[in-house]
Amino acid sequence: MTSLPAAQPARKLGLVIDLDVCVGCHACVVSCKEWNTGGYGAALSDQDPYGAEVSGTFLNRVHSFEVIPEGGEIVGEAGEARIVHFPKSCLHCDDAPCVTVCPTGASYKRTEDGIVLVDEDMCIGCGLCAWACPYGAREMDLAAGVMKKCTLCVDRIYNETIQEIDRVPSCVRTCPANARHYGDLADPQSEVSLMVAARGGIDLMPEQGTRPVNKYLPPRPRQALGAGSEQALLAENTDGATGFFAWLDGVLEKL
Amino acid sequence: MHPALSIIVFTTVSGLGYGLAVALGLGLLDPMATATRVAHVLALGLIAAGLASSTLHLGNPQRAWRAFSQWRSSWLSREGVMAVITFLPLAASAWLALFEGRYVPALGLAGAALSLATVYCTAMIYASLKSVQTWHTPLTPLCYLLFSLAGGFALATMFAAAGGGTVTLPAVLALIFLAAAWAAKLAWRNRMNRLRPISTPETATGLGFIGKVRLFERPHINDNYLTREMGFRVARKHAAKLAMLSLGLGGLVPAALLVGLLAAGPAQGAAVAVALLAVASHATGMLVERWLFFAEARHAVMNYYGG
Repeated sequence: MTSLPAAQPARKLGLVIDLDVCVGCHACVVSCKEWNTGGYGAALSDQDPYGAEVSGTFLNRVHSFEVIPEGGEIVGEAGEARIVHFPKSCLHCDDAPCVTVCPTGASYKRTEDGIVLVDEDMCIGCGLCAWACPYGAREMDLAAGVMKKCTLCVDRIYNETIQEIDRVPSCVRTCPANARHYGDLADPQSEVSLMVAARGGIDLMPEQGTRPVNKYLPPRPRQALGAGSEQALLAENTDGATGFFAWLDGVLEKL
Repeated sequence: MHPALSIIVFTTVSGLGYGLAVALGLGLLDPMATATRVAHVLALGLIAAGLASSTLHLGNPQRAWRAFSQWRSSWLSREGVMAVITFLPLAASAWLALFEGRYVPALGLAGAALSLATVYCTAMIYASLKSVQTWHTPLTPLCYLLFSLAGGFALATMFAAAGGGTVTLPAVLALIFLAAAWAAKLAWRNRMNRLRPISTPETATGLGFIGKVRLFERPHINDNYLTREMGFRVARKHAAKLAMLSLGLGGLVPAALLVGLLAAGPAQGAAVAVALLAVASHATGMLVERWLFFAEARHAVMNYYGG
């Protein structure tokens, strides 16, 4: 049934992505493809994989943007100018337009945890859901002819045959910078909800009325180089030394 | 948006077929004439060919029957359901015309109303997408409906001439629909040209509070499904010329031919030829118009791809 759940899902599982921390290494992209090409549904195919026109299906991609404040023409000239690496996958929207346009009932939003999924055995590959999604979260697999999208690694997060530490989406488990966090965004006391509250987490394209579950943590204001480092790292400073070092400091001082 | 040939052909051809079905349903053509019988068969043929063409772009067309199930939420599903329901009165009307030379008003009017409803559903597939702001307006279904009627009544004019009947009523109606369709379409284009995008790279990334956002690097060097499907840009280079071409072929030429037909009142054979020319010109103009409809539409996802 492609009507959205009548009641709000009790749990809203999703991701929180920290744009201040992401280093743009694309490890999440690779681990996502690796896990999901052998997991839920059809494999994530590549076309012309060893040729010049290589392309393929991915459920998660990292874009990079430059942000230029008023008055700064070139990145680095004005105070806050910066490069922001921007991972993007399905946001598991509360008002998912991709679900309601589906003519077959293949696309659906789960009542129990809010995950948006595609039942690939019912998908006719019309592509309308990819048109309806403003975020580009859905990609048609050209080999299988069915729509692929982030499953929030539904085959990991409930999987009791793997270690508990691994029961998170593959991208979250892999991120070497800890920029990706997974949890229940309907629970105001969950780690991810607290993080969103503390950092002012945002929705992407709120004007599209999709009410995404996934949130992004905006970059913190930039600090000037050296700010806050005066006491910490000065080689001359021996304040607070105790024991042997305090004695050595005193002896050397007297020489 | 990528202008898939199958969808362009589908919307143009089925629009023409449904328009003709409306003219037949209103009983504008003599049910005893052989030409009217041919018109019934052609209307059904155009509709069926259009629907068949629309399945060509599917990844798994063997499951297309499943698309009848989600009419509660999906305009694409509604279109499929309506197409099947509409087929029943149209086929019954065609049967009566073919084998009994009869026109049954109740059946005809039902077929006409359902034909329009089906075209409306087709248009709403596009008009309901908020992610494509150009399409997201009531003017979109209005254009689809009026273009369908204009083409269908031009076609009905040809069959009226071929059947030896009077062409005045269908030709005048075709002219009215043609004028209304292009008025709606020009309003649609005007809206498109003045549109301020509701989504920008700033809202797409949430980084607008720092400053202007510009794509630095795509996720990958080559195109992907999204950039191929949503990022089509070839047409924009020649969009203005193509728009003029569609207006000329789809509007001015058929209008001039129909006016000439009404004014000169030529012999039957010449009248059929002139009306056929008008229909051919209109259909060609419609193919260009539909191509632009897709090619010029900008999808919100391109905010992430620097387009």
